[in-house]
Amino acid sequence: MKTTVKVMLGAAALGLAVPTASAATLDDVKAKGVLRCAVNTGLAGFAAPNDKGEFAGFDVDYCKAVAAAIFNDPSKVEYTPTTAKDRFEVLANGTVDMVARNTTWTLSRDTTLGFNFAGINYYDGQGFMINAKKLQGINSALQLSGASVCVQTGTTTELNLADYFKSNNLDYSPVVFEKIEEVNAAYDSGRCDVYTTDQSGLYSIRLGLTAPDDHVVLPEIISKEPLGPLVRHGDDQWFDIVKWTHNALIIAEEFGITQANVEEMKNSDNPEIKRVLGMEENSKFGTDLGLGEDWVVNIIKAVGNYGEIFERNIGSGSPLKIARGVNGLWTKGGLQYAPPIR
Amino acid sequence: MGAVMQPPDLAYVRTDLAAPLPPPTGQNSVLGWLRTNLFATLPDAVLTVLGLLILWFAIPPLISWLFLDAQWTGTDRTFCATVAQGGMQPEGWSGACWAFVSAKFQQFLFNVYPAGERWRVILCGIMFAALLVPFLVPRAPFKKLNAILLFLVLPVVSYFLLLGGHFGLRYVPTRDWGGFMVTIILSYVGIAVSLPLGVILALGRRSRLPVIKLLSVIFIEAVRGVPLITVLFMATKMLPLFMPDNMKIDDFLCVLIGVALFASAYMAEVIRGGLQAIPRGQYEGADSLGLGYWQKMRLIILPQALTLVIPGIVNTFIGLFKDTSLVYIVNMFDLLGAVRRNFNDANWITPQTPLSGLIFAGFVFWCFCFGMSRYSSYMERRLDTGHRK
Repeated sequence: MKTTVKVMLGAAALGLAVPTASAATLDDVKAKGVLRCAVNTGLAGFAAPNDKGEFAGFDVDYCKAVAAAIFNDPSKVEYTPTTAKDRFEVLANGTVDMVARNTTWTLSRDTTLGFNFAGINYYDGQGFMINAKKLQGINSALQLSGASVCVQTGTTTELNLADYFKSNNLDYSPVVFEKIEEVNAAYDSGRCDVYTTDQSGLYSIRLGLTAPDDHVVLPEIISKEPLGPLVRHGDDQWFDIVKWTHNALIIAEEFGITQANVEEMKNSDNPEIKRVLGMEENSKFGTDLGLGEDWVVNIIKAVGNYGEIFERNIGSGSPLKIARGVNGLWTKGGLQYAPPIR
Repeated sequence: MGAVMQPPDLAYVRTDLAAPLPPPTGQNSVLGWLRTNLFATLPDAVLTVLGLLILWFAIPPLISWLFLDAQWTGTDRTFCATVAQGGMQPEGWSGACWAFVSAKFQQFLFNVYPAGERWRVILCGIMFAALLVPFLVPRAPFKKLNAILLFLVLPVVSYFLLLGGHFGLRYVPTRDWGGFMVTIILSYVGIAVSLPLGVILALGRRSRLPVIKLLSVIFIEAVRGVPLITVLFMATKMLPLFMPDNMKIDDFLCVLIGVALFASAYMAEVIRGGLQAIPRGQYEGADSLGLGYWQKMRLIILPQALTLVIPGIVNTFIGLFKDTSLVYIVNMFDLLGAVRRNFNDANWITPQTPLSGLIFAGFVFWCFCFGMSRYSSYMERRLDTGHRK
């Protein structure tokens, strides 16, 4: 997911490819009548085919939200499934208009690769899962001295793991595999005590274990993996649209605007809600963005607010059952915070 | 006649035949068969018992996992997960999750080809089958017309039908193609292109014209020397970088060309093996009849050479059929890719899902490869001209 090699490949591709997209992405998108969005080829809860063969998931809903803001129609998205390798290439060479593919925001991706991250829609980080039945009484990664750890080789996960155990003076024996399926099978069969990867991934892996209740995800997060949607450098209007779509989703949750009550909320007396939903007199927030005044209404009608997207795809409404945790609203002890629409 | 010749006074000579004895039990009875085939020597006996034991322990669990305990219907993961896993199956249950396969079956066939447009793929499939079957049956008439329809008309019709964008059909970009449909298209194009191209390359390599020979050798050795995955990667990732900006070649087309050229190089070497097995006398005989080069090849040499190397040709076809899975490198999903991709649907993640999906994919691949192999041995027998041992 985050190997240095892959980043370098992306950089190489960028260096060689000449960006073909014009500056006004919004005009291009409108002219084409469809938003081109790069998503993961398959990551449980974030982007995966459903039974009808359509893309569904947390990241997919971000593509739909942007399409709803522009066209008032969440189905006007053309998905490009991408691997970690080519997600940057397709954005750089103009094959897609935005990327929503559980991508970690880093400095080099902002500068060398020439992208802008529109916000952080999921605070992820590398975590540990253990078989609590086998390792009884362990409730912190600091107690894992001497453990055998299953890890996918060639990822930054492997490097973070080494750093963490070294800096805490802990011994461990890594059990490395090339393919994720192999790591899963080895962990399930008990070849190692600990499984480490991004915490969001641990939940879906847990779902596929023979006895999921025996396994617990430890609270420690040993790396920062802030994930978010990204766009190309050089088109501030487009950057604003994606950024404020994300912000609007969070603000809607803050004000309790949901997919179900958005129409009622339009009649709310609360001036802030009126402003967000474009019901204020002479409102021109939407038009300033290059969208319609009802852009937030359209987004929420299409996909719901941030909390609804979260719960439906990866939270309590999904088999993954990931707790909101740090991804809760700032008012509820989480990190999700959006600047105001005013 | 015998009665007439027999002297009547030889009373001790039997006049009628002795009743035939039953065959020795050691040879014809079940027991005898067992003894000669399974328990002939002590090591044989030990191995037989061991083999039976393995079967005894392996088959029943396999049958019950595959059929008896399998979950055939269901709408989500709860049908294929135990209570502890968040499902409805009893504790300790383990069985194939065919519900997953049936829920995702359409996707395994078409991947994300739009649901409303799938009739186009099915129509192409029916046309393909309707043309392929009579083409393969030796007795069926109109072979020439059949070949023209199968190899010239069908690709053109399929192109317009599958891609759309004309005649009021919705445009479906190749990015949305996938599943078994892509496996079949890739194999069809690979096979249809590689056989004739392979013949030409093989003849080129044996040619006495130095330029043609050199070019053939360079092509064959260069393509055969790199892995298919590299060919695909080069074709889709590197090639566009050297192209002018406005020239965008479709990824799928690149893959088709890559696969076809790759298979051709292998095919050329297989056919060259056949050409080398033809005795010199055949060439000289053809020459003495006054046949030109192409007549000689078409009428005398190639029919014999190709018959000889049918196993090798089919071997290449089967390899090609299975290699189509490598298109995952360019983000296309063949049957296997489509199956694996659906392992990520959170609604279907269970410990049984991956194995069930892979067994299904493996079974489909096996059916087709076995079919090709059977057909090739049928053709071998049919075309057998005395080379058989």
